[in-house]
Amino acid sequence: MSSVVVIGGGISGIQASLDLADRGIKVYLVESSTSIGGTMAKLDKTFPTLDCSICILGPKMVEVDLSPNIELLTYSEVTNVEGSAGNFRVTVHRKPRFVNESCNGCGACAEGCPVEVPNEYDEGLRNRKAIYIPFPQAIPLRYTIDREACVGCRRCVEACTGQGNDAIDFDMTAEDVELNVSAIIVATGIDGYLPVELGEYGYAQYPNVLTALEFERLICASGPTGGRLEKPFDGKPAHKIVFVQCVGSRSQRLGVPYCSSVCCMYATKESILVKEHDPDSEVTIFYVDLKVFGQGFQDFVDRARDHWGVEYIRGRPGEVREHPITGDLTVWYEDTDTGIVSKKEADLVVLCSAMIPKPGNKRLAEILGVELDEYGFFKVKDPVSNPVETGILGIYVCGCCHGPKDIPESVAEASATAAIAAEVIEGATKEGQ
Amino acid sequence: MMGDDLPRVGVFICHCGKNIAETVNVKEVVEYSLSLAGVVHSEDNLYSCSSEGLSKLKEAIAEHGLNRVVVASCTPRTHEHLFQHACKEAGLNPYLFEMANIRDQCSWVHLHRPEDATKKAKDLVHMAVAKARLLEPQEEPEIEIRPETLVIGGGISGMTAAISLSNQGFRVHLVEKEDELGGMLLRLDRLFPTNIKSEDLLGPRVKAAESDQNIVVHKGSRIISVSGFIGNFEVDVEKMHGGAETLKVGTIIVATGAESYDPVGLYGFGDDSRIVTQLQFEELLSGDGLEESRTVVMIQCVGSRNSDRPYCSRVCCSEAMKNAAKMRETYPKSEVYILYRDLQTYGTSYTPLEWEAKKSLVKLVKYDAKRPPEVTPEDEAIRVRVYSPLLDEDMELEADLVVLSTPLIPREDARELSQMLKVPLNSDGFFMEAHVKLRPLDFATDGIYVCGTAHSPKEIGESVAQALGAASRAAMPMARGKIRTAAIVSVVDEDRCSGCGTCIEVCPYNAIQKDEAGIARVTAAVCKGCGVCGASCPERAITMQHFTNEQLEAQALAALGRVDG
Repeated sequence: MSSVVVIGGGISGIQASLDLADRGIKVYLVESSTSIGGTMAKLDKTFPTLDCSICILGPKMVEVDLSPNIELLTYSEVTNVEGSAGNFRVTVHRKPRFVNESCNGCGACAEGCPVEVPNEYDEGLRNRKAIYIPFPQAIPLRYTIDREACVGCRRCVEACTGQGNDAIDFDMTAEDVELNVSAIIVATGIDGYLPVELGEYGYAQYPNVLTALEFERLICASGPTGGRLEKPFDGKPAHKIVFVQCVGSRSQRLGVPYCSSVCCMYATKESILVKEHDPDSEVTIFYVDLKVFGQGFQDFVDRARDHWGVEYIRGRPGEVREHPITGDLTVWYEDTDTGIVSKKEADLVVLCSAMIPKPGNKRLAEILGVELDEYGFFKVKDPVSNPVETGILGIYVCGCCHGPKDIPESVAEASATAAIAAEVIEGATKEGQ
Repeated sequence: MMGDDLPRVGVFICHCGKNIAETVNVKEVVEYSLSLAGVVHSEDNLYSCSSEGLSKLKEAIAEHGLNRVVVASCTPRTHEHLFQHACKEAGLNPYLFEMANIRDQCSWVHLHRPEDATKKAKDLVHMAVAKARLLEPQEEPEIEIRPETLVIGGGISGMTAAISLSNQGFRVHLVEKEDELGGMLLRLDRLFPTNIKSEDLLGPRVKAAESDQNIVVHKGSRIISVSGFIGNFEVDVEKMHGGAETLKVGTIIVATGAESYDPVGLYGFGDDSRIVTQLQFEELLSGDGLEESRTVVMIQCVGSRNSDRPYCSRVCCSEAMKNAAKMRETYPKSEVYILYRDLQTYGTSYTPLEWEAKKSLVKLVKYDAKRPPEVTPEDEAIRVRVYSPLLDEDMELEADLVVLSTPLIPREDARELSQMLKVPLNSDGFFMEAHVKLRPLDFATDGIYVCGTAHSPKEIGESVAQALGAASRAAMPMARGKIRTAAIVSVVDEDRCSGCGTCIEVCPYNAIQKDEAGIARVTAAVCKGCGVCGASCPERAITMQHFTNEQLEAQALAALGRVDG
């Protein structure tokens, strides 16, 4: 038997699966949501190359779909694990989609559906129907009925039969699948911190204050406004954009104490995107230390500053205030390079908030019998010598589930887990290395 | 030219959501394409690359009996393979497919001129159809992959990759130019963030590599030439102490590491023994070369983040914090200052080093790159003057030791090796991967991979992860045993070839040789289809498959509006 379970269908899980499948190893890719793609699918562009994110991820998602060696189990969760390396027995709970495999993704059902709820994929900035796919490139391209939102009107059934199909099945029930595998790869990703408790920034109080991921959807051509930068307060165009770094990161007060690794760069990227959309816009990034430690990062910052005229100010703003009638924002700050206290007007304030562990890590760690670190990320055996191994032989981690990192690091780690999983299958893993 | 096989072209115009459709009038382009000769079907899709779009493409091939397909969407760089695969699934040879990039070349660059963008999209579709009509099926050559890897570099990355490949069942040649395995780690004492002894990491790995039956360790050896292609590389290795050997391998991993920049002339380095690099300081700290009650001033970004060397070297801040904290712990009466520009401690593993340093009362002083510290050696002490923008004042420090944090730089022989392997270096001089985001461990050349600091400065754990990753990438074709390579290669018409040898000279891949009859012969597996030979051949004896003169002429004439339909 040579097969592997990969838990999590973001870029890390996708890459680990593709590496293994390509060499003939059977992969069960388990994803909790209705489509693979993860966080990367939500991004507009990637730093520092400004590649369109879904354009480079999409083909990999399709490759997963086409691979004869990958069995995709979406809308599913691992609920039990027994056994040891070389012989794990994994139980996967498959939630009912209420849409069977004959669905061809035509979308007639969603057109008929009268219920609208916020779409998680668009960070709630746009609605979806109760029967939905999260985004057009979803893999698998199969609709799902959100039974919590569904009112049971059955218009979707009518629409589907109207297309000559019979894909909707309200009687579908959950099922548990047992898998027998040699190794397990955890690639469950990371969450963004919602800075509600940092009241001084006004998130969730002022509509024009957004998290960076919300902003990413807003500026994306396939996003809720078609890529037009509009103020959520009144839908008017936004020209003055302020980015705030270390929102809940590097904080001993609230949030998390560590640096989230990627924010300085994605803020730089988003700044350039704003400038590309409208070169006359005014963009400011408030930072503490500019983290330029990756390949091409310093160059990227130089380009933003010198070519595009993005302003970088060292300092954490003290407060964001909203004009109650216009919704416009004022950012109060101290420039710690000059000691000058000042204010800046902003149409949008984008909070580059901390990357935090997924709440589900705790349960999954218990199921797997592996440890989490003090923050709640999966703990590796040793970050220097064994950077993708857990304390248990045969269980490996890659990507952001064991700490924030960028896409290339996640991809490299994903391949690393594929290599060690293949070693287990080869039966040659020598103890004590 | 097509014989009975009259072209039946299907055209698929992608909206790319709003990326294309908001600027280009897609419906108009669909209408237009139907007017072109040979086009029997045309449709538009919201996303041609979605599984719905691909199904429609496959259905249309069957329904309309299409024998040529044109997709007008984004860039072939990311999506050509996907559409070719769909054609193949529908029973069409993938080389009967052509793509027009109406997103990057129309809607994106002419965002504010929708009418012109639409006109240009029509022209690009016209060109693609003109070429598609003349496309011919191609067969991709299949090559056997020898299940054996050459790992160049016996540091932590190279050893890790070699051991993993051996554990995966492959034979490995590990070539190290020094007489000892270990690389840069031989010079380090303790490794952050876990503070393990460098030798405790290295020792077991050296032993594992050297005792492994599947790993042939070539110490004191260097690569002198490389030929061949994925599956069948031939590499000449020369022993420093005499002797040479030719290795035959299927894949190659570059793990040659980096070296530490020698800051001669900066801050008085080289003139005064009290001014040392961070690496030298680490050696002093692990030995007994230091004394109590001393003041140490560390300066970050010495020789990096400047116009000569714009990159940040990633590891120096963490390394400085580790050594500073160790200094304070070993010599509690010492004082340690770190003069920095931006602290580059990051993530859950390395940010804690910053807290440790602060807890050990290491003093962190930010300096302004425009007003760097001034170092003046005097008999008693070294005077370091630094302007602190945070305090808005000049600080005067009297140091017993000044420690310069210098970047990791590419190895001196990196360029030579890159030329032998025919893989590129980036503008900083490090080995350059195929794609920054999604192919961080592959080179664009098949069968060659990169890991560790040969690629860019990185932490040891990150190098280890990359090394394992490179082991996976190299194992993939070897586990399959054979692969197919692209059919876009050059072909020589032997009746026209005069044997002048121009093509052999210009070929950057050494893919062409003369046979006994003096006629040029192309090794298809080595040819990258760049077309240089075809353009240089005085006899026009060389044809590029899939980019024939007839096809390109048809495209050019269509661009000029010189053919109808």
